[in-house]
Amino acid sequence: MIIKHLAQRGIMQFFIGTSIFWIALLCPNFLWAQVDTVKVNQLKDVQINQLRISKQHLSPTPLQVLSGLELQRLNALSIADAIRYFSGVQVKDYGGIAGLKTINVRSMGSNHTAVFYDGVQLGNAQNGQVDLGKYTLDNVAELLLTSGQRSELLQPAKAFASASALYIKTKVPAFLNKNQNISADVKTGSFGLVNTAVLYEQKINKRLAFNLNAAFLNANGKYKYRYTNGYYDTTVVRTNADIYSFRLEGGAFGQGADSSQWNVKLYKYRSERGIPGAIVSNKFDFSQRQWDDNSFVQAHYENNPNRRYNISLNAKYANDYTRYNDPTIKSDKGALNNIYKQQEWYLSVANVYQMKPYLHFAFSADYSYQNLDANLEYFAYPSRSTGLFVLAGKYFKKRFEFQTNVLATVINEEVKTLSSAGNRTEYTPAAMFSWQPFQSPNFRLKGFYKSIFRMPTFNDLYYTFIGNTNLRPEYTKQYDLGFNYNTHSSHGSLKNFSVQTDVYYNQVKDKIVAVPTLNLFRWTMLNLDAVSIKGLETNIKTLWLINEFEFSTNLNYTFEKALDVTKTGFTYRNQIPYIPVHSGSFTGSITHSRYSFNYSFIYTGERYSQKANIPVNYVKPYYTHDLSIGGYFGSHQNYKVNVEINNLLNQYYDVVLNYPMPGRNFRITLSAKI
Amino acid sequence: MLKFNTMKNTKSILWLACMLLVFLSCRKEDSFIPEEQEQLPPDPTVELKGFYLLNEANMGSNKSSLDYYDFSSGVYRKNIYNEANPNATLGLGDVGNDIKIYGSRLYVVVNMSDKVEVLESKTAKRIGQINIPNCRYITFYKNKAYVTAYDGYVSVVDTTSLKEEKQIVVGKQPEEMAVVGAKLYVANSGGYNYPNYERTVSVIDLNTLTEVKRIDVAINLHRLKADQYGDLYVTSRGDYYNIPSNLFVIDTKTDQIKKIFNLAASNIAIHNDEAYLYSVEWNNNTGSNAISYAKINVKDETIINKNFITDGTDKTIVIPYGIAVNPVNNDVYVTDARDYVSPGILYCFDKEGKKKFSVTTGDIPAHLVFLNK
Repeated sequence: MIIKHLAQRGIMQFFIGTSIFWIALLCPNFLWAQVDTVKVNQLKDVQINQLRISKQHLSPTPLQVLSGLELQRLNALSIADAIRYFSGVQVKDYGGIAGLKTINVRSMGSNHTAVFYDGVQLGNAQNGQVDLGKYTLDNVAELLLTSGQRSELLQPAKAFASASALYIKTKVPAFLNKNQNISADVKTGSFGLVNTAVLYEQKINKRLAFNLNAAFLNANGKYKYRYTNGYYDTTVVRTNADIYSFRLEGGAFGQGADSSQWNVKLYKYRSERGIPGAIVSNKFDFSQRQWDDNSFVQAHYENNPNRRYNISLNAKYANDYTRYNDPTIKSDKGALNNIYKQQEWYLSVANVYQMKPYLHFAFSADYSYQNLDANLEYFAYPSRSTGLFVLAGKYFKKRFEFQTNVLATVINEEVKTLSSAGNRTEYTPAAMFSWQPFQSPNFRLKGFYKSIFRMPTFNDLYYTFIGNTNLRPEYTKQYDLGFNYNTHSSHGSLKNFSVQTDVYYNQVKDKIVAVPTLNLFRWTMLNLDAVSIKGLETNIKTLWLINEFEFSTNLNYTFEKALDVTKTGFTYRNQIPYIPVHSGSFTGSITHSRYSFNYSFIYTGERYSQKANIPVNYVKPYYTHDLSIGGYFGSHQNYKVNVEINNLLNQYYDVVLNYPMPGRNFRITLSAKI
Repeated sequence: MLKFNTMKNTKSILWLACMLLVFLSCRKEDSFIPEEQEQLPPDPTVELKGFYLLNEANMGSNKSSLDYYDFSSGVYRKNIYNEANPNATLGLGDVGNDIKIYGSRLYVVVNMSDKVEVLESKTAKRIGQINIPNCRYITFYKNKAYVTAYDGYVSVVDTTSLKEEKQIVVGKQPEEMAVVGAKLYVANSGGYNYPNYERTVSVIDLNTLTEVKRIDVAINLHRLKADQYGDLYVTSRGDYYNIPSNLFVIDTKTDQIKKIFNLAASNIAIHNDEAYLYSVEWNNNTGSNAISYAKINVKDETIINKNFITDGTDKTIVIPYGIAVNPVNNDVYVTDARDYVSPGILYCFDKEGKKKFSVTTGDIPAHLVFLNK
């Protein structure tokens, strides 16, 4: 389906877009009846805000949090949509609901960001990437992003073992005056989307509860996109972008008589989707498809946090199945049909000993065993045992905190055929500090240094014809210095104001890249590249209470110069692909009584699709405006309606070249809670 | 009073935000990328108008491009297709795999765009396109174009109507072809079927347009070029593992192999009595590519030398990807695809093997065709 239309300037669209601002300005003059509960809810928001900000304020490493209402207001369907509002983050999005979406923090590469689901890492030894588009937000309570690592001592060794980390926390059952909660929501809108989710929480007794969460998503994924060069102008509908997915999660949460805590979770996800390929001349239709089946079970235990000796245990078993089918590549066996099966076993023991109130020591040990099975010819069937050991120490007083740790990584790999990468041991240190230099606690200076690596993935090492078992780990070094400034005031309309700014210098060494060999079909992986990254990130948040209205704003800006400094390269000191020099986001929301209005804006500056910064590789900057309006109904405010319009000004853009993104689209959510 | 002021402050902040939006609504106008020109040494004595260089570019990038060098002015024009054809939707396309001139037309086989672009040979202006899925190479005979398609056939296209008239089934994933007499020879690779590669050269009778026999040669055949003596030079890519690449000679009078060179060969260009070739082999032990060059006498099938580049420039070539011989003055052109994701380089050597010029091209420069005056 190709519809041709004339290219027109977007002036008309701009005025339509900003007219919503004029309406918002007029609203405050409209006063609804005053209700005391409104004030109480608003003060609760302020308190929650203060708590979150103090976590951020005191942390020696940069911390960004999205939770609760703030997370809900972001017009985000999946976690990938929401994390775009963190600074220092580039999301590589291949388009639509089903398209792959991966996170890259501070330009180090997506393999350097570990993703944790309720405290345990989501592993993928095969290609090291987590598709954050697969995780919808209906069961997510909080998203936390940290560069370096979190400053908690009581955490698994894995939490010390990556350059940055994204923590996904799901909803924990909470009961106000009853023993069960049921909530459901339905979303529908563009792309033929239908998404329903149900959460059921049941309290057994005052020490035991469980929850069950089921979500179903179906979308045809179709959207219009447009390419023009000022002469040709073509609008096409994206096809083969459909998705069907089903997720089931269940958990049991318990508390011991000694105030210890434990929980067990089960997770199951299945999906089938079309894989729409790169749009090139004369090729707009694709037929590749992918099936995923992911399950895991994980358990957690920690003792009474008020003891002098703390222990925390984690265990997990995960099973992942992926099938990829390509009817355009035919052999004697029929269409290309690759099947990959991964398994992971994981066990972690973390201990903290509080020697003195201001001096804590930690020792954590993790063990994981991963293996990969695939139906490829000449496949190696690799397996990897990893032992991680951390020794950490923390010295902290009210105005100064210093922490340092060393991580030992011991890896053993085996293969069933051909040769393995063998064994490896690495030691990597990290150090961080946080300091309140003045009398006022409103200002804190912080910084960290961390040296860490990522292991080559199974694909890097063993993929038939392409893998290279001689690969070394890819190393990063991070130097960060920043400050937090934070004020609260209980009088006046500005309730919270906080600024978090960091400057950083990162180096990536032995970057694993694909290098050509015989011809375009044959590449190999080599530790070749080096990257030097200099950046600045700043987040400014405000919260106002004026009359009965609550205004909150959040402004993010990132500046990043990520240069290719490979000595033998051909693009020395060119900006590396897909990293814009300037990027940022702004969100603003107005809440009154039961209603809220939200505006979000994302800007990604110009970047290059390949290493050479030349005109043919230039990718235009893009920016999108999203709006949403929501309201609570019912006597206990237990019904909610939310309407979102995304990419309001209908900008056509690519995040990844030749993978077009949707233009204007909308979504309606109906939720109910009993 | 205080309430009113804060209201005003809020309004002014919102005003500022609006103004910011106006400024940020600045994206570059959509336009095509204009060609770039570079002055190279001219060669006005050569009885040729110029040559076109086709850059493949990486799969999925849609950046396949066309460069043109004019012998009398010496001007090298990079990326000329978009400026010559601004209305062509999404440009030349993805992975240009072959380029030939027949009559007054230039044919560009754009592999991953499933089409053959037909242009005016003097101006590179577009005449039309022929849609053939996964097309690879093109050759001509008596006003018909023959295009190999990876689905396992040769497409017969009428060059006047640009319509496909017939599909001749050959081996799996056929690659390059050559016409000798009234026969069309096709190298079959079977590349999608590894480890069970194809092993044959298909022979097609051009009078009946049917495959009449297959010649068993070696696995994974790729290049196929004819010399003036009715011999075919065929390369095998090997299995990328234990079996290295190799060069075979087939006598078309008997349709039998007459020589096996046991020489690594990735690409070959033949002119009169000489053939120039290079090979790229990945060495797992050294963790690098082994590059070699050779010059062959095609009359008696002997190796003349193992390096036709005599001034040391071969040491700077990272990944040779294309090779051609100037039919008038015997200059040899070798392209360097470097890392496949950055612009490549075209080198021109005189017949003694000394560098005449080099120029930066598009991504993965690969195929040359000469334009007559």
